[in-house]
Amino acid sequence: MLEVTGLSVSYGAVRALQGVSLSLGDHGVTTVLGANGAGKTTLLRTISGLLRPDAGSVRCDGADLTTVSVEDIARLGIIQVPEGGGVIKEMTVEDNLRLGHLWRRDAADMRRALAEVNEIFPALHPRRYQLALSLSGGERQMLAIGRALMARPRWLLLDEPSLGLAPRLVTEIMKLVRRLSTERNLAVLLVEQNARIALSIADDAVLLSSGQVVSSGPASSMTEDESVWHAYLGY
Amino acid sequence: MHQFLVLTTQGITSGMVYAALALALVLIWRSTRIVNFAQGAMAMFTTYIALWVIQTSGSYWLGFVVALASGLVAGAVVERLIIRRIASGPPLNPVIASLGILLFLEAVVPMIFGGQIRGFPPALSFFGFKVAGVDMPFSPFDLFTFAGVLATMALLYALFRFTGLGLQLRAAAFAPEVARLLGVRVGRMLTIGWALASMVGALAGVLVAPVTLLAPNSFDSVLVFAFTAAVLGGLDSPLGALIGGLSLGLALSYIGGYMSSDLETVGALLILIVLLMVRPQGFFAGTSHRRV
Amino acid sequence: MSRFTSSSTILRHLGWAVVAALAAGVVILFVDPYPDYQLAEVALFGIAAAGLTVLTGFNGQLSLGHGALMAIGAYTTALLLRQSPTVAVPLVMLASVAAAGLASVVVGAAAARLRGPYLAGATLALAVGLPGVAIRFSKVFGGDQGISVPPIETPSFLGADFPPERWLALVSMVALLLAFVFLANLTRSRFGRDFRAVRDDEIAAALAGIRVAGNQVSAFVVSGCCAGLAGSLLAFWAGLTAPSGLGLPLSLQVLAAVVIGGLGSLAGAVWGAVAVVYLPQLSSSLTEALHLPGVVKDNLPLALYGAAFVVTMLAFPQGIQGGLRLLYRKLWIAIPSRRDI
Repeated sequence: MLEVTGLSVSYGAVRALQGVSLSLGDHGVTTVLGANGAGKTTLLRTISGLLRPDAGSVRCDGADLTTVSVEDIARLGIIQVPEGGGVIKEMTVEDNLRLGHLWRRDAADMRRALAEVNEIFPALHPRRYQLALSLSGGERQMLAIGRALMARPRWLLLDEPSLGLAPRLVTEIMKLVRRLSTERNLAVLLVEQNARIALSIADDAVLLSSGQVVSSGPASSMTEDESVWHAYLGY
Repeated sequence: MHQFLVLTTQGITSGMVYAALALALVLIWRSTRIVNFAQGAMAMFTTYIALWVIQTSGSYWLGFVVALASGLVAGAVVERLIIRRIASGPPLNPVIASLGILLFLEAVVPMIFGGQIRGFPPALSFFGFKVAGVDMPFSPFDLFTFAGVLATMALLYALFRFTGLGLQLRAAAFAPEVARLLGVRVGRMLTIGWALASMVGALAGVLVAPVTLLAPNSFDSVLVFAFTAAVLGGLDSPLGALIGGLSLGLALSYIGGYMSSDLETVGALLILIVLLMVRPQGFFAGTSHRRV
Repeated sequence: MSRFTSSSTILRHLGWAVVAALAAGVVILFVDPYPDYQLAEVALFGIAAAGLTVLTGFNGQLSLGHGALMAIGAYTTALLLRQSPTVAVPLVMLASVAAAGLASVVVGAAAARLRGPYLAGATLALAVGLPGVAIRFSKVFGGDQGISVPPIETPSFLGADFPPERWLALVSMVALLLAFVFLANLTRSRFGRDFRAVRDDEIAAALAGIRVAGNQVSAFVVSGCCAGLAGSLLAFWAGLTAPSGLGLPLSLQVLAAVVIGGLGSLAGAVWGAVAVVYLPQLSSSLTEALHLPGVVKDNLPLALYGAAFVVTMLAFPQGIQGGLRLLYRKLWIAIPSRRDI
């Protein structure tokens, strides 16, 4: 159980998040929607420990994460795929993937994980010795998600995976995310601007505006009443 | 002709030393984006420790090993206690801190060991080989220096390229934030990076001390040469450090041999200035950008 | 200058200078010759440190070559006086300033494309390499022994008993005050603002129409001229111009004054100069009191500088001046902090 309670985060004098609460179970997809600057990335960065809140807390299975280091939060199984993927361009595809699993120091499990990821993303295996620099945007996003999966996450935080990708690719990735969350012991927190597609795969939805939660509940109700997110997302 | 050969081998030998110290600078630059101006002074410090061990124990190789080990420790200590806390502030501050470490070491070492110039034993004989009665232009010491630095570079390459630790070190250097998000202990990796760099610096120290002799500031010009070599090769490129070091070593050897030895430092200075004006990124800089 | 600075600012600076001159004059006249000698040293380091503060603190270029520029000033003074001993001292100083200034144009132009560690490394090479030139061409530059420099002649109206150290202190203080008035006006002027703009964000400055390369070279020249003046005074102070002591250690001493005093303020440069001059004094008294060996006495100041650099970076990135400002602010919360950067 990953719980965010009353989270308030500032950048200097600017309040980016105000009293945000949400919770993730062990399965399913929760999507966080909002326009640019609504605070979605700030939320993810705070959960991952890159930012510390002024007030409120993030709890993982009851334990407070506010003083836990970024690396240790990741080792608890909270894995973020940052905006753009965060693929390390100077390293090969395989090195990027292995990086996700390295800290466990379990060579056998690493091989198993690599095999699993290669099955999910068959396009990666033939390119495993190529520098990540040479991949297209879509391939990089797949590499980033594959790398995150190597880390055997319990909670997968995705920051706008659709950004800059062709619509067909976006659909593919979203369907994959949905599949992963149901097939594995995995809960997904999907931050998106593309509300339509996000709501199509989500179980629950949270709408952020100017750092505050303006609406939350089952995704289906937000899909039915489009006016809510039209107003905040501008389309 | 013989003089040319001798100058060439001397140039290669000293070039390998500059390459080693330049590699230390490159390793630290790649991982923390800092030029460690204290690297020469740190190498001086570890070399003094080695000399003390050699003199008290009578064993050169024990001193050699202790030098490398104290290099590891020194690098780790400096990173952990000082650099860690300053690296996130204004970029000028780590430069000043490294200068402070330089000053401190160059002052404290004579207080502990005395300020007089000392000799330092070479690992193997300085005297040239004789093969079938013919004088070779190089000595066992030259071979040892060449092989030693090359072997160290090869080992480090293997470490970075083929091991899990190396992968984490590279990730911590190229993309520290992403690495942390995947559970890599980036801080620890930076400490290890500095420790390894400093160990390479210590190796350079014991290899160059027999030639330059050992005094608190005898490695100042070596640092300038190493920095020039690193810039020549591109501060981001370990291979560049090797080639830059060798090129510089040869160039300075010819200048010193055919013109005047006082002009060596000036020669390096001119090379550095011309280089920085013409191609500041060096000749082998790769495409690596610093990202988070 | 008044086109770029309001005349009231200039008057204010001149006013402070007069007050400071009177105060300093009184002190100098009433202390013994040896403290006068030390005050002269404070003044010359203050000039050098003020120049470096403009270059590093205000314009963001870290130069480790100040010792080399001071050397150029010192050697110019020594060579001129050896050549024609009767030349008026102000002319000799002016020539030293010009020589160092000229060298700074060259160094500054070469350095204009360099940033951060590349600049530091290049100027480091300059500081380490320049003394070698003096040794190489020892016929001209006197080699290792250097060239001796006669003390500044005290004017006859002061009487034969007036100690030469006292006159040196007075001359140095006047030089310091003049330099300070000039630098203070410069930093308040459009030039000063341009310096800081380039330091803070080069690209933004260029987009705003500032010619960045010219700006950076000007900063180098200004600081270089200060170094030349300081170098000239150093030649008189030491009575000798020799390669040892004019290279990297000198550069680091001036940098120490700037760092300890506070990287961003001219007043801090004076604090730093005081620290740099009196620290060896204090540490040698300390080592004598504790009966420590001579090698400790010689090296303790340098060890303390080194430690001070590190400690300052860890604890007080703003130096003494910044620390004082923080203290000031804490004690009188109502008084708004003076924004001079």
